[in-house]
Amino acid sequence: MILTLVGVSHGTLDQSAQRARGVGADIWFRPPGSSAIGLSSAPMSDKIPALLMKEPHVAFAMGTMVQPLSGFDAMTGVDLEDFRRLNGGFHFLKGGPLINDNDVIVDEYYAQQKNLHLGDTLNLVNHDWKLVGIFESGKLSRICVKLQVLQSLTSNQGRLSQIFLKVDDPKHAQAVVDALRIKYHGYQIYTMEEFTSMLSISNVGMLKSFIAVVIGVAVVVGFIVVFMAMYTAVLERTREIGILKAVGGSSGLILNILFRETLLLALLGSAVGILLTYGTQWLMKHAVPASLVQETVYDWWPIAAGIAVAGALLGAIVPGVKAVKQDVTEALSYE
Amino acid sequence: MSEPPIIEVRGLTKTYQVGEVAVHALRGVDLEVLKGEFVAIIGASGSGKSTLFHILGGLTPMTSGTVQINGRDLAGMTNSERTELRKTTVGFVFQKYNLLPTLSAEDNIRIVQYIGGREAMFSPSFQEILKLLGITDRMKHKPRALSGGQQQRVAIARGLVNSPAILLADEPTGNLDSENSAAVLKLVKDLNRRLGQTILMITHDADAANYADRIVKMRDGRIV
Repeated sequence: MILTLVGVSHGTLDQSAQRARGVGADIWFRPPGSSAIGLSSAPMSDKIPALLMKEPHVAFAMGTMVQPLSGFDAMTGVDLEDFRRLNGGFHFLKGGPLINDNDVIVDEYYAQQKNLHLGDTLNLVNHDWKLVGIFESGKLSRICVKLQVLQSLTSNQGRLSQIFLKVDDPKHAQAVVDALRIKYHGYQIYTMEEFTSMLSISNVGMLKSFIAVVIGVAVVVGFIVVFMAMYTAVLERTREIGILKAVGGSSGLILNILFRETLLLALLGSAVGILLTYGTQWLMKHAVPASLVQETVYDWWPIAAGIAVAGALLGAIVPGVKAVKQDVTEALSYE
Repeated sequence: MSEPPIIEVRGLTKTYQVGEVAVHALRGVDLEVLKGEFVAIIGASGSGKSTLFHILGGLTPMTSGTVQINGRDLAGMTNSERTELRKTTVGFVFQKYNLLPTLSAEDNIRIVQYIGGREAMFSPSFQEILKLLGITDRMKHKPRALSGGQQQRVAIARGLVNSPAILLADEPTGNLDSENSAAVLKLVKDLNRRLGQTILMITHDADAANYADRIVKMRDGRIV
């Protein structure tokens, strides 16, 4: 459970970083106070890109608008011609670009997850869209529509959520960022390298708290499960413990056996848990590839195993001590 | 001067408290068993013979009296001292065999050997005992794959593996048919004769008791 949730958190962030890099821009310009993993409004004027293009070394600026949907999904309003100028545009696997106002294009994973085909109708933000293209994943967003149409539908005419800048030479990116930060005080302006490195668990406050809660719940649930399992195991083996005591087994020896058994179970359970994460990974990849991406986070293997072992050993103490205090004759008559 | 008894019981009482009722299981038992003797204690249910078995084996503390086992006084022994007694001085054979179901016959014996701090290998003399018991070809089997008679033979081997001074057997044939009962009792008798093993057997079966050198009768918590 822990490894799966940590893997999903890492996977979601890495996918975001991959899509950000896939835009092909050098600088990301975001409104003040926006989250690192999502944009929930469009507070910037669409006149800013033109102003930014007048700055030294800025070769091109493209604004987009992001409209959050349910879950982790979001749709992006984009001008495909601007996007083509920024990085060559989308690579279409099926169909082609946006022509009409109600056209929508989606990436391959979204199409797979929703079982979409060209010509299908999608209802998003209370509007029917016609699917005209499926593009290769990893660029900008999973769902794209015309910028002006999305602005109009969401009453955000003339507003943008984010702006991507291309500089004349990537070496100038940091200098441009430094200059823009002075001029556009309060705006979140990063080089793409800076931004993608920020997309880690420790840098995203909400996820950090989420992971802490998940681990806390996992520890509590794990403790209760192991405690109950050990308690039941000791009860079921009352007679066996009585036999060991009858033939001269000391309390220390019996506790030693119980703890070694618990340790072995916890380690085996951890190994099985690690194997199961590959199962959930496969399941997500085939069932919900657009919504959830699970990575294998090797650093968490020893941490998760440590939590399992600690929980198991703690859970074994109470029934273990109870077992060795049991009367031998009572234990031997246990059925 | 004659050798002192290996078991010496004087004025032994045991009272259980069941709710507010005091149950007097033993009401002043006197008993002596000499080294190398095969003694059967016979009595009906509730006569106190199982309680005597449990006290002599250090499984239950006594209420009053004195009990000397191989020169050691059981009175006032702590739990860990009684555990040590079971480990070093007394071997048990139970009516229900009490083998660990997840272990093979061999491992059931070896775990007792391990508890007793003995070497991992069976001694030549113990291998002779295994041959005598006729279970050398059944050692790799789990208890569920053995007949009742075979399980009881494994239990006897387990009781003897650490060369205890006394083998205590509680209704060792209680779960066996007459053919297997006779075979097991003959083996017990053989072990007593060939090895000089002191054996104290609890039984309610007069035929089984007849295999012993001496029969002690119990009734209402007393030896009669």
